[in-house]
Parts: sequence; C-alpha cells; structure tokens
Amino acid sequence: MRLPAGSSGAALRLVAVFLALLFTTGVLLLAGAPPLEAYRQIVTGSLGSVKKITDVLVTWVPLVLATSGLLVTFAAGLWNIGIEGQITLGAIFATGTLRLTLDSSLPPVVAIGAAILAGIAGGAVWALLAGLLKVYGGVNEIFGGLGLNFVAVALNVWLIFGPWGRPGVASMSGTEPLPDFLSLPSLAGLRLSPWAVLLAVGGFALVFLLLQGTYFGLRLRAVGKNARAAFLLGVPTVRYMLLAFVLCGALGGAAGAVQVTAVYHRLIPSISSGYGYLGLMVAMLVNYQPLWMPAVAFFFAALNIGSIQLPIVLKLDSSLAGVLQGALVLFVLAVEGVRQRLRRSPVKTAE
Amino acid sequence: MRVELRQIHKSFGPVHANDGISLTIPAGMIQGILGENGAGKTTLMKILSGFQRADRGEIWLDGRQAHIQSPQDTGGLGIGMLHQDPLDVPAMRVVDNFLLGRQGGVRPRRGQAREALQELAERFGFALDPEAYVDGLTVGERQQLELLRLLWLGARVLILDEPTTGISALQKDALFASLRKLSEEGRTIIFVSHKLEEVENLCHRVAVLRRGQLVGEVAPPYDTDRLVQMMFGRVIGLGSRLEGQAGRRVIELEEIVIEDRRMTIGPVSLHAAQHEVIGLAGMEGSGQQVLLRACAGLIRPVHGKMRIAGGDVLGRSYHDFLRLGVAFMPASRLEEGLIGGLDLAEHFSLTDPQAGILIQRQAAQARTMAQIEAFKIKGTPDSLVESLSGGNQQRTLLSLVGEDLSLLLLEHPTRGLDIESVVWIWEKLKERCRHGTAILFVSSDLDEILHYSDRIHVFFGGRVSPSLPAGTTTVEQLGQLIGGKGWPEVSL
Amino acid sequence: MSIDLLLIGLAGVLAAAAPIVFATIGETLTERSGVINLSVNGTILLSAMASFGVAVATGSLLLGFLTGMFIGAVVALVVAGFSFSLKQSQVAVGFVLTLMCRDLAYFLGNPFIGLSGPRLPALAVPFLKDIPVLGPLFFRQDLLTYLSFVLIIGAWAWIFRTRPGLSLISVGERPAAAYVRGLQVNRMRYLYTIVGGALVGLAGPAFSLSVKAGWKGTISGLDGYGWIALAITIFGGWNPIRAAFGAYLFVFLQWLGLVLQPNLPGVPSQVLQVAPFPLMILALSLVNIGNTEWVERTLAGLPDEVRRSIGRVLRSLRASPPASLGTPFESE
Repeated sequence: MRLPAGSSGAALRLVAVFLALLFTTGVLLLAGAPPLEAYRQIVTGSLGSVKKITDVLVTWVPLVLATSGLLVTFAAGLWNIGIEGQITLGAIFATGTLRLTLDSSLPPVVAIGAAILAGIAGGAVWALLAGLLKVYGGVNEIFGGLGLNFVAVALNVWLIFGPWGRPGVASMSGTEPLPDFLSLPSLAGLRLSPWAVLLAVGGFALVFLLLQGTYFGLRLRAVGKNARAAFLLGVPTVRYMLLAFVLCGALGGAAGAVQVTAVYHRLIPSISSGYGYLGLMVAMLVNYQPLWMPAVAFFFAALNIGSIQLPIVLKLDSSLAGVLQGALVLFVLAVEGVRQRLRRSPVKTAE
Repeated sequence: MRVELRQIHKSFGPVHANDGISLTIPAGMIQGILGENGAGKTTLMKILSGFQRADRGEIWLDGRQAHIQSPQDTGGLGIGMLHQDPLDVPAMRVVDNFLLGRQGGVRPRRGQAREALQELAERFGFALDPEAYVDGLTVGERQQLELLRLLWLGARVLILDEPTTGISALQKDALFASLRKLSEEGRTIIFVSHKLEEVENLCHRVAVLRRGQLVGEVAPPYDTDRLVQMMFGRVIGLGSRLEGQAGRRVIELEEIVIEDRRMTIGPVSLHAAQHEVIGLAGMEGSGQQVLLRACAGLIRPVHGKMRIAGGDVLGRSYHDFLRLGVAFMPASRLEEGLIGGLDLAEHFSLTDPQAGILIQRQAAQARTMAQIEAFKIKGTPDSLVESLSGGNQQRTLLSLVGEDLSLLLLEHPTRGLDIESVVWIWEKLKERCRHGTAILFVSSDLDEILHYSDRIHVFFGGRVSPSLPAGTTTVEQLGQLIGGKGWPEVSL
Repeated sequence: MSIDLLLIGLAGVLAAAAPIVFATIGETLTERSGVINLSVNGTILLSAMASFGVAVATGSLLLGFLTGMFIGAVVALVVAGFSFSLKQSQVAVGFVLTLMCRDLAYFLGNPFIGLSGPRLPALAVPFLKDIPVLGPLFFRQDLLTYLSFVLIIGAWAWIFRTRPGLSLISVGERPAAAYVRGLQVNRMRYLYTIVGGALVGLAGPAFSLSVKAGWKGTISGLDGYGWIALAITIFGGWNPIRAAFGAYLFVFLQWLGLVLQPNLPGVPSQVLQVAPFPLMILALSLVNIGNTEWVERTLAGLPDEVRRSIGRVLRSLRASPPASLGTPFESE
C-alpha cells in the first residue's frame, strides 16, 4: 500500500477522511444522537483547555512508543499483534522493580530509572518469545502474539488479585498503589510528566533514525519487502526478524513502564489500555512511514480523550472514538483500492 | 475436431510469447509441436485450452469460430489440456482429483469413478492407487492421472504438454498405441514435447516454434538434424569463449545425490576450476537448477561429498558459502534476486561490504553512480529496481554480487534479454573469469552454452552426462542429448 | 461429584460451546475457500449486540437470530469485497474490522445495557431425553445447541462427502486446478465467505440470546471468543469435527476452572477463567512445527531410513492450511 505523496495523495486522504466522517455521522444518527454536538464535545473535550491537551499528551506518550515499535516490525513485514502483551509485561516488570525498591533506600530517581529499564526488558523478552514461536515453532506471529497477549492478561490479573493485591480486599482497581515519590514527576497540577514526553520523543526519534538512516533499518526493510531476495543477498533474515521483535517489544515495554510510573502508579487489569491495537491502526494509517506518525497519534489520542465526555454529557458510549478511528483506516484502504483499480483498467493490454 | 489457430498474438510485458501464429490441425491428426524453452509452445496451448486469453487472433473449431473466455468454455467444447506441471490438487486423493469438476449430482460417485479409473488405467498399463494422495505421486504418475481424467471426460481435442516425463518405456508404448487409436476415432491430439524420438515416432506432422514464431511444418519422414536446426537455429556474433588455462579446482562434487520433490538428481561428480566456465544444459526441470542451488548451499544433498577450495562444505549454510566467495544469481530477478520497492542506491548500500551503522548518503550515491557507470545500467540511484528493464536488472544483479569471487553460479543469466545485453553481460563475466573466478551457469539457450562454456554437462530427467568439451561438440549433438537421445552411450 | 452433577455440567459445556462451534465452523468454511476473515471477534460482538437489540425491540427471538446472521454476512462481504475487488490485504482489512465492529457494538449497544430480553428456552427431546447418560447430555438442550450438533456433522459431510465439497477443497488448495476444471473460483470464494460470515454472525445471538443472555456492554465477557474461534480453526485442521473437538475442549477447560476453583484458593478465579485462551492458542505450535525450514534442513542431514519415516510422521501430523489461503486468484 504505497499512497502517492504530494497533491494527489493528500486529496485522496481528504476523501477518505470525509467518507469516514460521513460513516460515523451515520452511526451517530443510528444511535439517535446529535452528530454535530457529539463532534463538538470531542473537540472541546480534547483541546478545550490546557489541562485537556496535557491529558491528550498523557495518552499520546504510550501510543507513540508502541507505534514506533510497530513501525519497526512492520518494516520487517511482521504483524506484531502481540504488542498489547508486550506493553503489559513492561508494566509488570516496572511494577515489580518498584516494589523491590520499596524496602531499600535507593533514591527515587534510580528506582524509577531501573523500573523503566526493567519494563523495556520485559517487553523485549515477551516479543522475543513471539518471534521464536514464529521462526522455530512455525506459529504465525498473529496467533503467537495473541496467545501471549492472553497469557500476559492472565499474569496481570493474577498479580493484581494475588501476590501484589491490595492488602485485605483484592479488587479490580489494581494492585497496591505505589507511593507517590516513586512516580515520574509531573507538571504542577497536571497528570503529564515531561519525562514521559521526552521518552516518547526519544523513542520516535530513535526509530525514525533507525529506519531511515542506518544500515540496520535498510536491511530490515529489505527483509520486509522480499525476505527471500534479502536472504540471497546475504542478509541474515532470521536474526533481523527476531531483532525487530525485540526492538518493538522494548518500546512497547517502555510504554507499559510509563503507564505504571507516570499514569496509574500501580498495575490495573487494563494497563495496556488497547494502545497496542490502536498503534497498529495508526501505523496502517500512516502507511507504515514514520514521518506523520506523531501527528496522527496525537489525533487518535485526542479522539480517545475527547470522547470521554460523551457518556457524561450525551449518554453515549466513548467507543465512538474507536468507530471513527476504524472508519478512517478502512476508508483509506478503500480509497487506495479504488485508485489502484482505476489505474489498472486502461493499462490492461498485456499482463 | 478440426482446430484452426489464426494469427494468435500474446505478450507478457515486453516479451512477445506468441507472434502471429497460424496453424491448422485436421481432425484425427496427431500434431507434434516442437521448440525449446521460451519458444511459446505452452503459451499457445494454454490459449487454446482457455487457461489464458490471447491478445489478438481467432480460434476456429470445426469451421465455427469459438469464443473462449475460460476453461469452462473449452471444457464444454471438448478441449482438454494436460499441463506440464499437472494442475491437480496435491492435498486430495487420486480418485477425488479424477472426478473433480465433473458434472453430476450432489453425491460424488466414487465407486463409479474408481471403476472408470481402473478400466482406463488398465488399458494404458498405468498403475494408480485411487486412495493414494496426489502429493505422494511422482510427476509421471500425476500426468497419467490427468490424462485418464481428460479421456474420461471425452475430450475431442487432447493437448499433451510434455506427457512422458516420468513413465516407463512399456507405458509409453501403451500410451502411444492408445493415442493412435484415439486419433483414428477422429480425436485431435496435440503433442507438445522436446523429445525428438517420441515426436518423430508418434506424430503425423510436426510444427516447430522458435522465439514465438512458427518456423515451419514438417511431414514424415523426419530428419532429426533438420528438426534440431529449426528448433535451435543459429544466432550471429555472440562472441567467443575465453581461451586459457584452467587453474586450481574451486569446487568439486563427488557422487552427489539430491532429492527434489519430483525426482532424484545424480549421482553426479563434477568440478570447476579457476578461469573455467562450465555450462549446465538441459530442458527445464531436468535437474540442473537444483544442482546449481546445491552448489550455492541452498539445498542440502542427501549423499556425496562437496568441497570448495579443498574444504568440505556439505551441510554448511548458504551464508557460509557466501563467506567462502561463492555467489548465486537467481533466474527470477524480481522474485529472488532484487527487492521490489527499494531503489538502486539502497541495493548497493545493502551489499556494501564496508557498511557501518549510519548510512552516508553522499558516499552511497557516489558508489551507486560508479556502479551504474561500470555496468552501464540505464537508471539513476533513485530508480526503483522494478522499473528497470530486464537487461538492466540483470546488470544490477551482476554488480551486486561483488568482485573477487571464487565461484559464480548463474541461473539463466541472459533469459529474456536483448542481444546487446547478452553480449555485454558475457564480456563482464569473462572479465571475472580472467581474474580467477570459476563460473557455473544454467541455460536453455544452446548457442549460449556452446559459445561461452569450456566444458558442458547435459541434464536429462535427473541424470547427468560427463563433461563434454565445448570446442568439439556440435549443436546437433547437444540438442540430441537434451532431447534424451544418445544417453546409453554417455553415462557417468 | 455425583454422576448427575457431572452430566449436567458436561451438558452445560456442550451448550456453552455452541456459539464457538458456529463461529469456528463458519470460519473453517471461509478459510477452506482460501479466504481469511480476521474480523470474527468484532463480528461476534456486533451481532450479539444487534440481535439482542432487535429481539428486545420486537420481542421475536427469530428476528434476533436472523439479524445476527445478517450482520455476520455483511461484515464478511466487506472483507471479501476489499480483498477481491479492491485487492487489499485480507489481514489488514480483517484486523481493522474486528476493532471497529467491537467499538460499534459497544457504542450502539449502550442503550441496551442491562435490559432483559427473550431467552431461548430449553427443548428436551421426548423419549431420547430419558436414555441414561446420553439423555441428559445430548437431548435436554435448546434448539441452538441441537443446531450446532447438526452443523458439525453437516459441515463435515458437506466438505468431505459431497461433490460441491470437493470443489470447495480444490478452490482453497489450488485454485488454478479448480479453474482449469471449469470451476468459478472467485464466485465460490464470495459465496463461502458470506455463508461463513453468517455462521459467525449466528454465534453472536447464540451468546446474547442464550448462553450469556443479555448485553452488558464492555463487560459482556464476549471479547476474545472470536480470536479463539480463529485459533481453533487452525487447531482443527480445517476439519469441522476436529474443530468442534477443539471448541468443546476449550469450554471444558473453562468449566474445569470453575469446578476446581474451591480446591485452589490461592489462584484467583479470573486467572482460571482466562487460562484456557492462551492454552488453546499455544497448542497451535504442535500442529505447525513440521513446516519450518530448520526442520527441513535437519531432515536432509539424516540417514535415508530415518528421514523417510520421520517425514511420513510429520506429514500425517501436519495441519496444513489450504495452500492458497490469503492469496487472491487472478484468472489470467
């Protein structure tokens, strides 16, 4: 799926956006809701004040980290559906590390740093498992990833209700909360941590540089486009596929670590919050190219945050964001398909 | 049924597979179609059987024009084709393949099918187990099955594309006897083959195709030499082979046996030395491609010894072979050789032996420009490889494999290329040879084999001839060996 | 546990597995024709919600079930259309649809949360219900469960015992071979994708109007069953009977978790509930290991006799997908 750059590409994207909005409006009407009011709520709910914008950024950080990782696996031609589990494992490892430091007298900076590194390691290991299942077990990475996602959920739930649960009554609201000094410092009065933003920007920059400017990235892309030819030209394809998994897992794990240290300060059942799957959609929407990814991720994050208002104000479910996001990707795919079809017909002389 | 093909044209991109072919075949005739690989025989037959559609031209059956869109149409008209690689379903049983596609009720009449299968099989002396799975059969057995199926369907025109690949002499006689009977009944048989002896034996008339055109039609008595000359022709001015002394042995194969899905190749013993060019000749599917890949380390032989520069390499990985200075250039340029979606500069960066971590754009551009110059590639560093012509893709592939190789393995190096590219590429190859590289190449172009090889091995059905000196072998001799004649005299 | 309780429990397993059976067999049919419909998870949620909504609004169970099947067919049609007409990746489209349909389900289903709707009543078969052991197990179920039994046998018979079934197998395995025998490959693929989608759509109301009656929004507990159905399709080797076995095994594991809960106080109940999901998916590695390159290379290095016998064993164990799964067919 190579959307054309330049004017015709932009025009096509606009058509897709328009169609997606049309579709979502239809859905809103079907639900008996006022479309314009709903859109207005989403906009004000996400961009209406400084606090709201920082909330969007709080969502943006793990999304960017996860999507950056996914750009690496997509470059290698892999559908890393296991990203959700990798985020979860990152969160688990980070929480575990912080719990370990509770009794020691390590300064918080060190503890938090260690937690983030542990999260990165946890996600990387989980992704490596999916990679090994694929290469040596012959299990397609979609299903290997899914299976490991389920295991991650089970592990998470067990920790929340078992060993790491709140003393007395274990509950759905999560593990025993971590003390305040063990969180990434945030801006005054806001939930956003500038360190988290730095991490996201750093992760994105790393991936951007890797894919566009290094030999590693080039070889990865070669594997993704034609693994057989890359192999014949001397690229160790198995090694590169596994490395892609590890790198994506590392970034996903970082996202999980951020969720624990900067957002929730504990482990909750839905710690990965669907950022993995959302990241897959963002990646598809930017045609797997890094350039516009942060912007699109911001847009998707804004949709998520903005739609939180909907249940309160309009008695609508906040899943509307997901509907719009899905519709966008779907119509972009559709428009691309139509464009290819139109291009094929006049040139249909010789095969 | 009387078959008339009028001015059939079919192109695949720049390749003109069928160039205005007109052929008339009266009912009841056994028509032979001869030609080397790429001559256009299979394409023409696929058009007649409805599997492909011609760009231009008409098909007339029994005096009426037929409008053929798909195999559904030709099935109804009574035209059936036995493909070279039989189009069966390997995961299904023989009996199910036999009755697949046949009209009938909801319940498959397996009992009925089994009986018909047994009866037909006996008539031809074939032994097919109806309950066996097709993926366990040899190519010969699959062809037998397909043939029986077409006969059961009552085809009035039977197209057979290389039908005798894996059957015994006895079965072949039975097959030919039945074909003669069928033709007496008024059915038209079209027999596409490269096996001269069989075509001469069986066919009432022979049409020869070369490079997409009908070169001529011949009636019996057949003159083998004349047929070979019509098939392979003469090409002018291809340059000459490199005369010189062979050096040290670079690669040695001792009693190598390779098990491919379809056949067993070998045992074969051969060697290649520095400055030598070894040609591997034979029709496609005779085993030479598999052997070449084994020499590259892509396929692991099941028996024998393999040495490169004296060291034992059997079982080592392909990347180990690369490190030993062995390079492999595949025939399918875009499927296996080059990476569609990447441009020239990226390909050269990919194979840059001095790659660091960060890509130096300036240096990469410069390197690419240098290679473009050196290999006269018509493209820019930003050109996507899929936009290059075949000749330029081949030049790119050649420039990617690197210098200072000990062994260069080439699969059909000049297939589909214009004459200018062919000559130019071989100049470059000879240059490598002069510097000490040994070259092993597979080609179906006899002129190429004869012009550039020092020594030649011919492959036929998995058997390999001993080395023949190219200087003293003629086109006719080579053509006959490729066609399966003269083999008892040459044995390894 | 007494025999009676055991039988009731197992009968419950058979009933609870009915939706998964529908979804798995539907997807098996679709994949047999060579098309992969990854949207199953979202489709089940959407059809569960929609059929519940329609059933509540109209009071008709039948309309509810029909709605579910219709939704399933429509989503499958979208996948087919994107694949055949627009030549987009089946995996990509299926994945987006699975997420979007889930969100659609949650969004449009909001008003229905917590409502009570019609429920499929039990329908014991006279005479047969009193047979010892078999009676309580098989013949005191509801209509839908009986339908699932029939479907297993029916689908199996269709694929393996009829002429059209043979055509289906060939289209998925080697469309060129089907084409050359006069079969219309793409038309058949559309057909089976839609029919398979309708069966997947039936799983939705099988949950919301029977097994897990009602619609509870995001905590309906239906999320994930679609993925399991996809995994069981592979585990079942694209054979309806083996797939049904996988479905029953999965639900049995869930039931086992419930039963053993009191005996395992240290393990939270949620874990036991979730555990069968990954277990089933990881079982996939068993059926696929023979297909890997390192195994092939290793085999070549073994002595003849060993290689041939191991090769034979691997080949019989192999659950190979229809060879053309996911690849579009160009007739020229």
